[in-house]
Amino acid sequence: MSTDENPTLRRVAITAMGVVSPLGAGAEETARALREGRDAVTPVTRFDVSRTRCRTAGQVEERRRAEGGRRKTRLHRASHMMIAAAREAQGQDAGFVPELFVVGTTSGGMSFGEQFYRAQVAKVRPRERAAWLANYLPQKAVLDALEACGFSCPSQIIANACASGTNAVGHAFRLVRAGKHERVWCGGYDVIAEMVFAGFDSLQASTTEKIRPFDKNRTGLVLGEGAAILALEEMESARRRGARILAEVTGYGISTDNHHLTQPHPSGIGPRQAMERALADARRTAGEVDYINAHGTATAFNDATEGTAIAQIFGDRVPVSSTKSMMGHALGAAGAIEAAFSVLALRGQFLPPNINYAEPDPAWTLNIVANKSREARVRCVVSNSFGFGGTNASIVLERAEP
Amino acid sequence: MGWVTPLGAGLDDVWARLMAGDTAEVKAIANPETGRALAYAPVPMKLVEALGRNPRLRRSSAISYFAVAAGLAALADAGVEMTPELAARTAVVFAISSGGVAYTRRFYEQVVKQGANAASPLLFPETVYNAPASHFAAQLGIDGASYTLVGDASVGLAALKFAEQLLDTSDLAQVVVVGSEEMDWVLCAAYREWRLARGAEAGSRGALLAEGAAALVLAREGRVKIAALHDGVSVFRRAEAAAALDRVFADLVRESAVDVVIGCANGTFADRVESAAIAQHCPRAAAYFPKQAFGEALGASALMQVIVGALALTKSEVPGCVPRGEALKTALVSTLGFNQQASGLLLARDC
Repeated sequence: MSTDENPTLRRVAITAMGVVSPLGAGAEETARALREGRDAVTPVTRFDVSRTRCRTAGQVEERRRAEGGRRKTRLHRASHMMIAAAREAQGQDAGFVPELFVVGTTSGGMSFGEQFYRAQVAKVRPRERAAWLANYLPQKAVLDALEACGFSCPSQIIANACASGTNAVGHAFRLVRAGKHERVWCGGYDVIAEMVFAGFDSLQASTTEKIRPFDKNRTGLVLGEGAAILALEEMESARRRGARILAEVTGYGISTDNHHLTQPHPSGIGPRQAMERALADARRTAGEVDYINAHGTATAFNDATEGTAIAQIFGDRVPVSSTKSMMGHALGAAGAIEAAFSVLALRGQFLPPNINYAEPDPAWTLNIVANKSREARVRCVVSNSFGFGGTNASIVLERAEP
Repeated sequence: MGWVTPLGAGLDDVWARLMAGDTAEVKAIANPETGRALAYAPVPMKLVEALGRNPRLRRSSAISYFAVAAGLAALADAGVEMTPELAARTAVVFAISSGGVAYTRRFYEQVVKQGANAASPLLFPETVYNAPASHFAAQLGIDGASYTLVGDASVGLAALKFAEQLLDTSDLAQVVVVGSEEMDWVLCAAYREWRLARGAEAGSRGALLAEGAAALVLAREGRVKIAALHDGVSVFRRAEAAAALDRVFADLVRESAVDVVIGCANGTFADRVESAAIAQHCPRAAAYFPKQAFGEALGASALMQVIVGALALTKSEVPGCVPRGEALKTALVSTLGFNQQASGLLLARDC
């Protein structure tokens, strides 16, 4: 149901956001990196990768810890990233008090679970194990972010694999649009962990080379990490209190592809349904879209199906890029981070690049934003996330018009 | 409604066992790394063995078997025959706390002991939290909304809230809400070291961790109504749990008088907190604590409580309580997880 079909539905504004990723901390630094087409993929330093094929990832710098003192080491890195994103969002709009926090993640504080297991194998009981257990579960980073900002609202944590972040933004959007809530925080986080890194390596989904989404010679993904939070509010409410409107969320589409747990149906029906449903929800046509922030993991299967679906719906007119080419795949955080990137594109009127792109895939003709960012008129963006389990999600973001 | 529990499957069969005062069989296991004795309440695998022939589930972990069995049982109980048209208007919402922990531990064990290059690609996909939801959606042919929510033992009510929101903001006909959990020694060891789970030794204190799944079909009409569903109250530290649950009870009791409380007491700090809330807000209500029979099934436990509450209303009886001789009209289900939130709901019999 869109606002045109149902006039009781309300418009939904983004009034603030916070983002932490390998491309930088905060909106300004991130926008600069996106414009530069910075390659933030580096050798993995957090765990031993001598026995994996892939040895690189997009990693958030260690110096970016949000908390000091005892909490510096007790809290998981996920909490530090979420707290930093939350504080940035709160700093941008101090009048925003969320009634609900909807968050996407896939692995929570997984590395603390790994340390617990390793301690069992080593038959040691280090003092830190209490902190590992208390900070391992996915809800902990969410509570830490709320507490750091003095908020006490309930939380909903979606774990729909790599679509989680977009699902969180989409669900929050629907709640505000329907009048169920006035103000909702939404976002996502994920932190690189050895187990997940080894998992993608075992599936041979990760690459030993540069990540090259949509390139004919793509060889797979590299992992990334980060956190992003967006503040969604009913438009009139935001205007009444004089909040700055960063952008508008206008549509959300979700689909489930039952073909296989990890492989999409080759026809591209899952991504196509998600994008078509999001466009219908936003009452937009494909011709009105100015940019697609693609899921674009650079795996053979994902890009084949997503590229097919984009070509079927949009042809070769709409510029497409995968920002994962610059920072890797942040899994459950990816959708939220890429929503933040899309807001930056709408505000800065530019198209983030798809770096490491050399040769078009002849399977489809797409308008790839190859290697360099472009200045452009950007009014309407589609952002895609697709995940294991066949979950596909797309959102439509638009430039806030007066 | 449908469930797969340590006391069996089938609504009436398990209810009869609860009324008889039966409790779950305790399985003692050892931490293979340290030798420390651990315990949990298993689901008898014979309850789900028929699903072993299902091609989609052939490599999946026990959590998916439990979930699919409970979900299909709930749809059968609701008399739902899934057509393509209905599947297009059906969503799935899962509640999970630990997820596919057995495969996760096995996969990481291979990484640690044999090296990452030896870790099995067959195990990894089943470790993702939404693998059970994916398998279940595939059984039903659902191509729309499928969500997995994670959290503590209150996540079942968070999933119901999420499902209610989906119904309120779409033209869905129904949402199947499933909570599921499996056990593994590493999870038992973690909760034991966290001083929340009991061990195998006599006199050991704490929750008895348990496996199982529970499922509810949420639609706009039914024989039991959710009269009020709390948004939940975040609990940042254990010292705040009492105030949080007190607020949940106060908010719900304001809505309606309560005949029976289906509590979440599990042998931990939750017992004291919940007792105080019941004494304060529902002193005359009958109270029953199903985790004493089933164990603490984490992501599945709140939905098991809801089913117990619904059965108590439809049958007008409560395990362990003297019959009042009058119909039970309202049940309050109370949940307090270990480290996320307190919540609750009111069930009302559709008279």
